Amino acid sequence: MVKLTIDNIPVEVPENTTILDAARMNGVDIPSLCYLKDINEIAACRVCIVEVEGVDQLVSSCNNHVKEGMVIHTNSPKVREARKVNVELILSQHNVNCAACIRGGNCTLQKIANDLGIIDVPYKKIIPNRLWSHRAILKRDASKCIKCMRCVQICDKVQTLGVWDIEGTGARTTVDISHNRRIMDSDCALCGQCVTHCPVGALYVRDDTDEFFNALADSEKVVVAQVAPAVRNAWGEAFGLKPEEATAGRIVAALKRIGVDYVFDTDFSADLTIMEEGNELLERLGKGENYPMFTSCCPGWVRFMKSQYPDMVDCLSTSKSPQQMFGAVIKTHYAKLMGIDPKKIYLVSIMPCMAKKKEATLPTMNDAETGRDVDLVLTTREFIRVVKEEHIVVDKLKELPFDDPIGVSTGAGVIFGTTGGVMEAALRTASAVVEGHNPEPDAFKSIRGCEGIREAEFKIGNTVLNVAAASGLGNARKLIEDVRSGRKHYDFVEIMACPGGCSGGGGQPIKDGSELAYERSKALYNIDKTAHIRFSHENPLIKKLYDDFLDKPLSPIAEKLLHTDHNGWDMPLASELFEKE
Amino acid sequence: MSRLSIISPNQAQTVVENLYKDVERRIIASPPGICPVDISNTFLKLCHAQTCGKCVPCRVGLTQLTALIDDVLEGNATIETIDLIEKTARVIKNSADCAIGYEAADMVLKGVLGFRDDYIEHIVNKRCLFNIYQPVPCVSLCPAGVDIPGYIALISEGRYADAVRLIRKDNPFPTTCALVCEHPCEARCRRNMIDDSVNIRALKRFAVDHSGYVPAPENMESTGKNVAIIGGGPSGLSAAYYLSLMGHHVEVFEKLEKLGGMLRYGIPSYRLPRERLQEDIDCILSTGVTVHTGIEIGKDIKMSQLKEDFDCIYISIGAHQDKKIGIEGENKRGVISAVEMLRNIGNGTLPDFTKKRVIVVGGGNVAMDCTRSAKRLGAESVICVYRRRRVDMTALPDEVDGAISEGCEIMCLQAPIRISGDEDGNVTALWVQPQIAGDIDKSGRPRPAKADAEPIRLSCDIVIAAVGQGTEIRPFEEFGVKVKRGTIDTLSDNEITNIDGIFAGGDCVTGPATVIRAIAAGKVAAANIDEYLGFRHEIKTDVDIPDPRLGHKPACGRMNTSERTAGERNSDFNLIECGLTTEEAMQESRRCLRCDHYGYGIFKGGRVKKW
Repeated sequence: MVKLTIDNIPVEVPENTTILDAARMNGVDIPSLCYLKDINEIAACRVCIVEVEGVDQLVSSCNNHVKEGMVIHTNSPKVREARKVNVELILSQHNVNCAACIRGGNCTLQKIANDLGIIDVPYKKIIPNRLWSHRAILKRDASKCIKCMRCVQICDKVQTLGVWDIEGTGARTTVDISHNRRIMDSDCALCGQCVTHCPVGALYVRDDTDEFFNALADSEKVVVAQVAPAVRNAWGEAFGLKPEEATAGRIVAALKRIGVDYVFDTDFSADLTIMEEGNELLERLGKGENYPMFTSCCPGWVRFMKSQYPDMVDCLSTSKSPQQMFGAVIKTHYAKLMGIDPKKIYLVSIMPCMAKKKEATLPTMNDAETGRDVDLVLTTREFIRVVKEEHIVVDKLKELPFDDPIGVSTGAGVIFGTTGGVMEAALRTASAVVEGHNPEPDAFKSIRGCEGIREAEFKIGNTVLNVAAASGLGNARKLIEDVRSGRKHYDFVEIMACPGGCSGGGGQPIKDGSELAYERSKALYNIDKTAHIRFSHENPLIKKLYDDFLDKPLSPIAEKLLHTDHNGWDMPLASELFEKE
Repeated sequence: MSRLSIISPNQAQTVVENLYKDVERRIIASPPGICPVDISNTFLKLCHAQTCGKCVPCRVGLTQLTALIDDVLEGNATIETIDLIEKTARVIKNSADCAIGYEAADMVLKGVLGFRDDYIEHIVNKRCLFNIYQPVPCVSLCPAGVDIPGYIALISEGRYADAVRLIRKDNPFPTTCALVCEHPCEARCRRNMIDDSVNIRALKRFAVDHSGYVPAPENMESTGKNVAIIGGGPSGLSAAYYLSLMGHHVEVFEKLEKLGGMLRYGIPSYRLPRERLQEDIDCILSTGVTVHTGIEIGKDIKMSQLKEDFDCIYISIGAHQDKKIGIEGENKRGVISAVEMLRNIGNGTLPDFTKKRVIVVGGGNVAMDCTRSAKRLGAESVICVYRRRRVDMTALPDEVDGAISEGCEIMCLQAPIRISGDEDGNVTALWVQPQIAGDIDKSGRPRPAKADAEPIRLSCDIVIAAVGQGTEIRPFEEFGVKVKRGTIDTLSDNEITNIDGIFAGGDCVTGPATVIRAIAAGKVAAANIDEYLGFRHEIKTDVDIPDPRLGHKPACGRMNTSERTAGERNSDFNLIECGLTTEEAMQESRRCLRCDHYGYGIFKGGRVKKW
C-alpha cells in the first residue's frame, strides 16, 4: 500500500494505482477527457493534470502512478489555470454547435467546459475540415474531433481491426481511416464501438429518422416495426426509466403512438433462427463439414470473418439473422395472412446495432422480392430520438402487447441480445431435438459470463459438444487463431462483434465512461427466467409457421427464405490480405 | 560621431543567436515521418525571415510560395497550384540576386520533385501520405530495436542485471555493443532539444560492467528442428542465440579458428578486449548451440550436404575478402591488406612494425583500426592517407581524434597513385596525387578532383590497404544462391528468393556495415526462420520497466567517457576507454526524457514487449 495526500485528504491505495484512480477511489473526482481505462491512457488532452508537490511540471493523473508520500493538489491555481486553458484550446478547434449536435447534452467536452465555467474562449477559431463519404453509415465530422484517439485505440486494441489511424503530422494531425483508405473501401466491421466511445459528436451513425417519418407520412405504406431483444433493456436509460419500467410494452405503445401500423417482436424470428441454426448444427455435426460452425446473426462479425478470414466464410451458419428472417417471412407468409400487398409493407427494424443498417441493404437480402426484405434500420439511439421528437411522455405510456399474428416469443429469443445467448438458445432446442425431450432450461447456463471468451462442453444425446462464445472482435480473432493453429477444437462457436454482445451494441445509448453491456444483459436474463416459454421450438406460432408455410427446418422454402449465401456480396479485405493479393 | 566604432551585440541579438542554436538542436532531434510539405514550408518561412527585402523574387516570391503551399496543406489548392509553385520557384531560383532567395527557391523545387505524390495527396484527398511511425527516436534508429529507455531507466534504479536481460531480448551482444556500437540511437535523441543527446552507449557499458554474470533465459521446449548457421560472426551468433532459445537445434559452422567474425578478426582489442567479447559468446553458447570451427563450406562440407542435413540454413559469412587499391606496385613486399593485418592480430600473431614507416590508405573505421594498431605494433611513423577531406571520413570522429592524439598523422585530399619499391621488390614509397574538394556527390560529400599540383612521394616501408571488403560468395553462388553486386540477394525477411529454406544476412548481404546491423539481421532471420519452420515462438522478458520520474528536466551537460592518456595507451592493446563512474552514470541515466512514456510513445509504437 502507498500512503499519500490528495487535496489535503490522507489516503492509502495499492501500489501501481494511477493518481486518477487513487483520487476517484477516495471521492476526489479529477475531470478527464481522452482517458479510457485500460484502453486509452495516453495523457493527450491534459485535462486530468494535477500538481504534485516538489515536481515543477503538472502531471497527468491518468497514466502516472502514486508514490509514497506524494502530496497532490487537483485544483491548485496552477492546475486550474492549465486545465481551463487546455479545454479552451480544445474548444478553439472544435465546431461548438451543441444545440444542433447529435451528442448535445451527452457530450463529455460540453460537460467539462460547463463544469469549468467556460463561457467564452479567447482564442481564434480554427476549425479543421475533412472530406467524408455521404453514403457512409459510419460518419466522421472532423470539425468535432478532439483527437482524443479513443477510436483508434478501441479499434486497435479491442476490435483488432485497425481501421482508424493518425493521419497527417504536425499541427494538422488528425484521425482518419488507416492506410490512406476511405471508409467505403476499408474492412470496417461497422460494429460502432468507436462511435459509442467517442466523447463528442465527431463519430456518429448516419441518421435515418427522416426516412422513417417520410414512410409514416406515406399513406400508401403499411409501416411495420420489429424490435430487437437488446433494445428493450437499454432504451429507457435515455428517459431515466428503471429497467423494469422500460418494458417492451412501452416500446410498442410509443411506436403505435407515433403511427406505426404493426409492431412485432424480433424475438419471434430469433426463435425461428434457432430452429434453422440448431438443425443446421445437427446436420453439420453429422457431416463434419465446414467446421466448427459459427453463428451468423451478428452482421459486424460476418463482415469481420469475410474481411479477415475469407477462407473460413463457409464455416458461418447460412441461417440469416433474426432481422432478415423477419423481413423474409413478414413480406411473404404474413403479408398474405394479413391480406396486405407485400410491396406496400415498409418494414422498420429497431436495432442496437450499426452494422444492421448495412446488412439490410445487402443484395442478397431480397428473398421476398419486394426490393428489400427490411426497408429501414433505426438504432436504439435513433428510436430514442424519434420518441423525443414526438415528445412522448414515456412513463405515462400504457403498455401494449406486440401485434398478432406474431405476438408470442420466448425467453430463448430474448437472450439473443447478450453474448452467449444465441448459443444457449440453440443448445436448448438442439438438445430437445436429439434427446426427444426438453432439457432443464438453464442446463447450458455455464456459457454465460462476462469473460471475452467462454468455453463449455455439453453432452447432447451421445455426442459431446465443445462450444465457445466470444464477444469483441479481438477475442474473435484470438479464438479463430487458436482454431486455425489447431490449439482449440470446437463444434459450435457464437461470436458477437461488440463486447458483451448486442447489449453493448454500437447503436445503443451512450454513457461515456461506463460499459453497460453486462448490466443490460442481466435484465435480459431476468426476462428469460420469468418467461412462460423458454424454448424456441415451443413457441406455438413458430410451430404454426412451419405447419402452415415452411414445412420443416431446412426445407426448400426455409432454405430460400431463411438462409443466405455469405459469398453473395463483396467485402473489402483486411489491408494485409489485400496487399498479398 | 566616431569615425569607426566596435559593434557589440545587443541583448535581442544575443537571444536570437541562442535561439538559432536551439533550432539547430531541434532539427537534429526531428522525428521521422513528418509531413514533407509541412516541414519544407516551415523551412521556407525561416528562409523568408532571412530576406533583406531588396529584391522582388525573394521578398514577394517567397511570400507567394508560402501562401500557395499553405493552400495545398489546407486543402484549398488544385493540381494547377503545383505548376504555379514550380514556376514561381523556378523564376526565383533563376532571378534572385543572392543565395538567400535562390537557395530557398531551390529547396521548394527539390520538394516539388522529390515528394510530388504527397503534394497531390494533399490536394486530391486532403490528407497526407506520411505519419509519425516510430515515436521513440533511439529505439527506432537502433537497427535491432533495443528497448533503450527501458534499460536506461533500469540503470538509473541500479538494476544492472535487469538492464542486461532487457537488452538481450533484442540483442545478444550487450557487452560488445557497450564497447563498439556506433550508437545510431543517439543521433536524434530528443534530449538534443534541451542540450545534447544522452550518452546511451556509455550507459550500456556501465550496465554490463556492473551487472555481474547474467545467465541466458531458459530455452523453450525443443522443436526437433535443425538449423545450420554458416559463419560465427555477430549476425550468425545472434540468429543462433534466438533460434536456440526458441527450442531449435542450432549448429554454427565457422571457417576460422574462433568465433566472433569481424568482432574478433576486425576490431582490435584496445576497442574490444577479447575476454569481453567472450562474455557475450559464452552466454550465446550457453543456450546449447553446437559449434564447428575451422570448417569451410564448399571445401570441408558441401552446401548440398547441409541442405540435406538441416531444416533450414542461415548464411552469415560476413565480408572478409580484402579489396585492392587498384594502383601500380600493389604486389610489392610490404603492401598488406587491412583484413589480413587485423585477422593476424585477432589470431594473436602480432606483426612487428618496429622502426617501420607505415602508411594506411582509407578513411573508414577499418583504416583507423589499422592506423592505431600500427602505432601499437611499434611503427616509427603512421600516416593515414585519404583522398577526401577529414570531415568526409566515414570513420567515427572519436576514432580519428584518438589516432591523432596517439601520434598518427592524417593526410587528407591525397589520392594514392602508385607504390614504388627497391630492386628486391620491397616498398619504398607511396606516391600520392593532391586533390581538391569539388562538386557535391550523392552522398553529400564533395567529390575529390585532381588538384593542379605535382604528385608527392611519401617514403614508407609498409602500405596497408583499408579500402573496403567484399564477400567470398563463390561456393554459395555455385550452389545457386542469387548474387547481386557481390552480395547475396535476399528479401526483407532475409529469405533467399530462389531456394527454399535458405536465409542470409549481415555483411554478406549488405556489404560491410556495422555490428548492430549484423545483429539486427540475425534477429530478423531468427524470427523468420522460426516462422518458416512452422512456429511462432515469442521472445520476451519479464523485466518490468520502472516508472519514469516526474517533472521537468533542466538542461544538464552530457557526460562523455574518458580514455587512458594517449602516451600510455599507444603502445599496448589494452582497452582505451574508461567507463563512467557511478555518479556520472546516475546523472546521465536521469537525463533520459523517457520518450516511451512521455509524448507519442505511450500511444502508438512505443514499447515492443515481444517479437
